[in-house]
Amino acid sequence: MEFKEIGAEMGGEETIMAGIYQQIRGDISGSIMFLLEEKSARVLVSKLMGVESNSSEPFNEMEISALQEIGNIITGSYLSSLSTLTNMTIDASVPSLCIDMCEAILSVPAIEFAELGDKMLLIKTEFSDDVKLEGYFILVPDLTSYEKILTSLGM
Amino acid sequence: MGQMIKVGMADLKICKAPDAVTTLGLGSCIGIAIRDPQTKIGGLAHIMLPDSTQIKSQTLNVPKFADTGAKELVNQLIKAGANRMRLVAKIAGGAQMFSFQGTGNDMMAVGERNAQAVRKVLAELKIPILSEDCGLNFGRTVEFFPETGDYVIKAVGKPPKTI
Repeated sequence: MEFKEIGAEMGGEETIMAGIYQQIRGDISGSIMFLLEEKSARVLVSKLMGVESNSSEPFNEMEISALQEIGNIITGSYLSSLSTLTNMTIDASVPSLCIDMCEAILSVPAIEFAELGDKMLLIKTEFSDDVKLEGYFILVPDLTSYEKILTSLGM
Repeated sequence: MGQMIKVGMADLKICKAPDAVTTLGLGSCIGIAIRDPQTKIGGLAHIMLPDSTQIKSQTLNVPKFADTGAKELVNQLIKAGANRMRLVAKIAGGAQMFSFQGTGNDMMAVGERNAQAVRKVLAELKIPILSEDCGLNFGRTVEFFPETGDYVIKAVGKPPKTI
C-alpha cells in the first residue's frame, strides 16, 4: 500500500506500538520488523513473565528484553518458513526494540522501501493461545534480494 | 479556529490562516514547515529521503525527497500568493528510532542525513530556518500554524513544545 495509507491501516498513526527491528543477512539481505500494539505487547510480556505488566509505567528492562526476545523468536519462525520456501539461507541480527507512535516506527522500513518505490508490503498476522493477538510483519528485502525471492518462487 | 489539515508520509500541503497543517508520527522523516508571515500562507512537507538524484529509476515522487519536496512546497506557496523573499522555515524530525539502523552502510543515520539535506536545500532556496527540533530517538507529531508561525511538537511521554 502507499506510504500515506499505512498508519491509518494499522489503527492510527499515533497508536503506540512496539516495533522489533532486525537486519537480515545471507542469501537474502535487508531488514525485517515485527509490530504490535502496546496493549498486545503488555499481554504477551505478562504471559511470558507470569507477572502482570504495569501499563501506567514504561516497560522495564526485563520486559524490554522479553519483548525483544519474543520478536526474535516470532521473526525467526517467519524467516525460517521463508527460507524453506525459497531454499535460501537467511540469518537475523540481534533485535532492537522501539516503543513509540506507529507512524514514527514505520518510518524506518518505509524509508527503506522508499528507496525502491512508493509502496510498502505489510503482512498482518494473527496468533492466539487463550488470547488472540494481532501483529504485523514488514519484510524489506534489498533490491537484489527482492528479485532472488521472486525468482525462487517461480515468478 | 480554522481547520487542521493532515499531511501523510511523502506528502505536502499548503493552507492559509486560520487553517493549520499537521503530520503525525515523524520518525526518521522530516517535517518542513514554511510560511510567509505577512500573508499568513504556509505549508508542511513530510519528506522521507534526502536526495532524489540518488535514486535511479521510478517516476519521481516529489514530496518523498528533501530536495524536490522543499522546492515544490515553495512553488505552491508562491502560486497561492506568498512572497518568496519573506518565506521562513522551521523543521522537526530526523530521529534515530532504533539503536542500530543499518550495518555500517548509509542507512545508519537516515534521520540525520535527512536533516542535513533539508538544511542544504533551504539554504539554496535562501529560506532561513528559524528553529528546529531534530534528532534524538523518539517520534514526533507536529502542527504548524501559518497564523502565528507556531510549530508545535508533540511526543509520547513529553509535554508539547512550541518552537
